[in-house]
Amino acid sequence: MAAHAIAVKNLKTGEVTEAAYEHPFVVRLCHWVNAVALFVMVGSGFQIFRAFPSFGAKIPQKDLLHWPKAFAIGGWLGGALQWHLTFMWIYIATGLLYIGYQIFSGHYKQVLFRPRDVPGVWPMVRHYFFFGSKPPAREAYNPLQKHAYTSVIVLSVLSVLTGFAIWKPVQFSWLAWLMGGFHWARLWHFVIMWAILAFVFGHLVMVVLHGWNNFVSMFTGWKKDPEYPVG
Amino acid sequence: MSSRTDSCKFRNMNRRELLKLTPVIALGAFAIPGVQKPLLKAGLGFSDWASAKLFRSGHLATTFSDSDLTPFNQFPINDYDVDDPEVDFDRWTLTVTGAVEKPGDYTLAQIRALPKVTQNTRHVCVEGWDVIGRFGGVRLSDLLNIIGADPTARFVHVECADDYYESLDMAAARHPQTLLCYEMYDRPLTREHGAPLRLNVPTKIGYKQAKYLTDLKVSHVLEKVGYWEDQGYSEFYGL
Repeated sequence: MAAHAIAVKNLKTGEVTEAAYEHPFVVRLCHWVNAVALFVMVGSGFQIFRAFPSFGAKIPQKDLLHWPKAFAIGGWLGGALQWHLTFMWIYIATGLLYIGYQIFSGHYKQVLFRPRDVPGVWPMVRHYFFFGSKPPAREAYNPLQKHAYTSVIVLSVLSVLTGFAIWKPVQFSWLAWLMGGFHWARLWHFVIMWAILAFVFGHLVMVVLHGWNNFVSMFTGWKKDPEYPVG
Repeated sequence: MSSRTDSCKFRNMNRRELLKLTPVIALGAFAIPGVQKPLLKAGLGFSDWASAKLFRSGHLATTFSDSDLTPFNQFPINDYDVDDPEVDFDRWTLTVTGAVEKPGDYTLAQIRALPKVTQNTRHVCVEGWDVIGRFGGVRLSDLLNIIGADPTARFVHVECADDYYESLDMAAARHPQTLLCYEMYDRPLTREHGAPLRLNVPTKIGYKQAKYLTDLKVSHVLEKVGYWEDQGYSEFYGL
């Protein structure tokens, strides 16, 4: 279900193609601002992690992972915290704006993963990972895409909640408690970041595979020649 | 198909939609060296403002049972300079100044005469680690009462024997778990842990919990924020 579709007549050849308005302005705005914010949050998060590259109590100090400074933002712990505590508000703002817009515009119907999408997940997995035949595209987002885009929103919300549990373990002691305590909250925050990065990796692979028209649609909103029925 | 257009109009429409995204470029300001610093300072300032709003004076930090305590010998000793600034205990006093009715030098005996509080609380370091320690001392709010601190004053500043300095907003200073601590693990504070007197503030990050206190000043404005704050850490950092 695309929100809006038009027929475009090529003035030179007279050929008529279809175009679908896939990504409303608010979604595109949130996408790009959030992409920048996520990049900064991950980079500064790595620098923060470098200050105590472990989990749990201080003792015994185990350096779980020596993260290279080249893949970190902020230069030192204090600098990284400035980036992290600045961009977290941008990250939260775009998240709230996106979720609010999806709900009030009804646009979520296009992308929200629902029980009826469950049967369609496996055929898509078979197609992407085991070279199975491609199931016919019926909507703008296939069931696996819906699953990915819904999951990453859930993960983003959890990344914020686990972050608050670490940042304010006294004021939000109930949050830390829900996550199994302060130590677990820090571990969850880290694990959720990797889950989001796994999404980003898959997302970027798909962007490459799906070509120019698909890529441009996240800038202009319009996708030329959608591979699913429109109108 | 709801409508039709031609390729020329479609291109213009696409261009307009693309231009609508230009505000995103504003984020590039964070990459400009001269602008980056004030922007991040403003961001951190906003976080501190929000933190102060989130702070609830009546909300207590979780306390723990004795079995949860980190063993004393594993309680980290963090300093910015020396472990032991060689405080002369016999001549030590806490010099109280600022917006108070009774400024002057207070002896450890005078401070210890206040009601004693012992608590097992979590000590969280900005680096990301934490330990659970046992702290004994008197409520800073009790001291503020006996020195006659101005009720409209907003900050408490402390100075230390190792030239470290810190500040607390009044809400944190008057929090019932904020202690002038002279004991850890039921024993007199050791020199490395800040003898004879240190701060224990379970609602604040570790670097706020200054050791080897020598001076305490009550004031209406924030004069010297703190050593680490001056290096770029958060001014408020409430937990």
